[in-house]
Amino acid sequence: MNLDDLTRTGGEWLKGSGPESDIVMCSRIRLARNLATYPFINRASRGERADIEREFRTALTDANLDLSYIDVNSLPKLDRQFLVERQLISREHDNAEGPRGVAIGPEENVSVLINEEDHLRIQVMQSGLSLPDVWERINRLDDQIEEQLTYAFSPQLGYLTACPTNVGTGIRVGVMLHLPALVHTKQIDKVFRALHKINLAVRGLYGEGTQAFGDFYQISNQQTLGKSETELIKNLSDVVPQIISYERQARKAMIEERRQVLHDRVSRAYGVLKTAHTISSEETMLLLSDVRMGINLGLIDDLEIPTVNELFIHTQPAHLQKLQGRPLEVDDRNIARASYLRSRLANGKHTD
Amino acid sequence: MREKCQKCAKPATYHITDIEKGKPREYHFCDEHARQHINPPEDAPAMPMGDLAVELIKGQAGSREPSAADKQSCPVCQITFLEFRNSGRLGCPHDYEVFRNELMPLLENIHDETRHCGKVPKRAPRNSQRQTELIELRNKLKRAIAAEDYETAARLRDQIKEIEQER
Ligand SMILES: [Zn+2]
Ligand SMILES: [Zn+2]
Repeated sequence: MNLDDLTRTGGEWLKGSGPESDIVMCSRIRLARNLATYPFINRASRGERADIEREFRTALTDANLDLSYIDVNSLPKLDRQFLVERQLISREHDNAEGPRGVAIGPEENVSVLINEEDHLRIQVMQSGLSLPDVWERINRLDDQIEEQLTYAFSPQLGYLTACPTNVGTGIRVGVMLHLPALVHTKQIDKVFRALHKINLAVRGLYGEGTQAFGDFYQISNQQTLGKSETELIKNLSDVVPQIISYERQARKAMIEERRQVLHDRVSRAYGVLKTAHTISSEETMLLLSDVRMGINLGLIDDLEIPTVNELFIHTQPAHLQKLQGRPLEVDDRNIARASYLRSRLANGKHTD
Repeated sequence: MREKCQKCAKPATYHITDIEKGKPREYHFCDEHARQHINPPEDAPAMPMGDLAVELIKGQAGSREPSAADKQSCPVCQITFLEFRNSGRLGCPHDYEVFRNELMPLLENIHDETRHCGKVPKRAPRNSQRQTELIELRNKLKRAIAAEDYETAARLRDQIKEIEQER
C-alpha cells in the first residue's frame, strides 16, 4: 500500500453520512486480543514480537481478508504521524519500538493493529451513529481471524489482556460527537460529570488521554468485564440520543436567542479560514468547528460537511507535510495550512 | 487593531519574547494560552493509551503499604507484582492466575464484576466452551420451567445430558 495514495482522500468515516451525522461524526469499536502462547508485549523479546507479527500476518492472509498490510516499524516518523492523524494507528503504536504493523481495509473503515499494547487490536469505524452495524462487522472479522489462531482466554475472566482494564470482552465501544453548542453554552462539564457517574469515559479526538479539540469528544465504555458486548453497546447507545438532544436544544436556543451573534461568529470563522495567510492548527480546529455547526444550522450554504470533516484531518501537521512533499517547521506549516485552506474553500461548493 | 492570540481567536493580552536558538521569537497569547506557554501541562505530549488505567491501578494497589505480594513473581514471564503495579501492564496471560488474590479486588473495583459473560472464542479449550454452554442451557432450562414450557424444558434437559456424558 502506498501512503501517498491516501493523502488526497478521506476515510469513509469522514463522509458525514449515516444517522445523526450532523452531531455523530463516527461510531467505532475496538477489540483487544492476545495469543495464548506468547507473553504480553511489554515482556516479549524482539524475536517474540517478530514471531507474533508473522503469526498474525499469516492468519490475515489465510483468512483471505481484503486488507493492506503496512510494516509500521520501517515507516519514517512522518508517515507514522500521518497514520495517527487519520486515526488508523494509536499514538502508542507510533511511539512503540520493534516489529509491529497495521492492516488497513478499503475506505479505511477497518484497521488491525499488531503489537500495540496487546498482540492484536481490531478497530472498525463507520460514519454516523451505527454501533450495531459496526459490531456486526467487527464480530465477523474477529471470528475470521480467530479461526486461524488460539487466543488467551479464561472461562471466568474472558479474553486476557495486558491491562486489567480491558479484560473480559476486550471491547471499547465509542462514538465521536461534535458538541460545539454545549461547549459554547458551558454545559459540557455537566454532561461529562453525568457520563462519568454512569462509568463512561470522555476523550479527545486523538484517543485516550488527549485533549479535546475542535469540540469533538469521544464517549466510550470503561467496563469490559461482566457484561456482554451487546449489553455494553446498548448502554452507550441508550445515552447517545440524550446527548444529541442536549446539543440540539443548545443549538436551538443559540439560534433563537442570539441569531445575529451566532451568524456573525460563524461567518467570521468562515471568512478567516478563506482568507488567512498563516494559521495555527489550534485556531483552524476552532474555526472549522464553528463553520461545521454553521452549515448544520443553515447559516452557511455553499460548503459541504464532508469537506469540513476532511479539513479537520488534512490540516494536521503530518498531512500538510505529506501534501507539500517535504518536512516543514511550525511557521512554514502555518503558511502552508492557510494556503491549503484558501484553495479548498475558494470556489464555493467543493465536494471532492 | 488589536492582535489576536496565536492559538485561538481571543485577543492577545500577553506578548512574550523568548530566545530560541539564539534568536528572539515573539509570541502573542490570550491569558489562558500564555499560562500554558509559560507553564506547559505535564502531560502535554499526549498520554499513551490507558494511562487512566495505570492511575486506577496505582490508586488502588498503590494506596497501601508495600506488601509481601509485591515480591511475588510469575514463573512464566518473571514479572513481579511490584513491576505490574508500577507499569499497569501484566507480563503474560498466566499472571491472572499467579496474582489472582491481588487482581480480583482490583477487577471488582474497575469493572464492578469479576465474571466474564461475553463472547467465547470457538477455539477456546473445548471444555471451557462446553462449560459456558452448560451454564447457558441450565439458565434456559430454569426459565422454561418457570414459564411452564415443558416441551422446551424436556429438549433442554436432553441437550444438557448429552454434553455431560461427553466428558
Ligand atoms: Zn488563546
Ligand atoms: Zn507471567
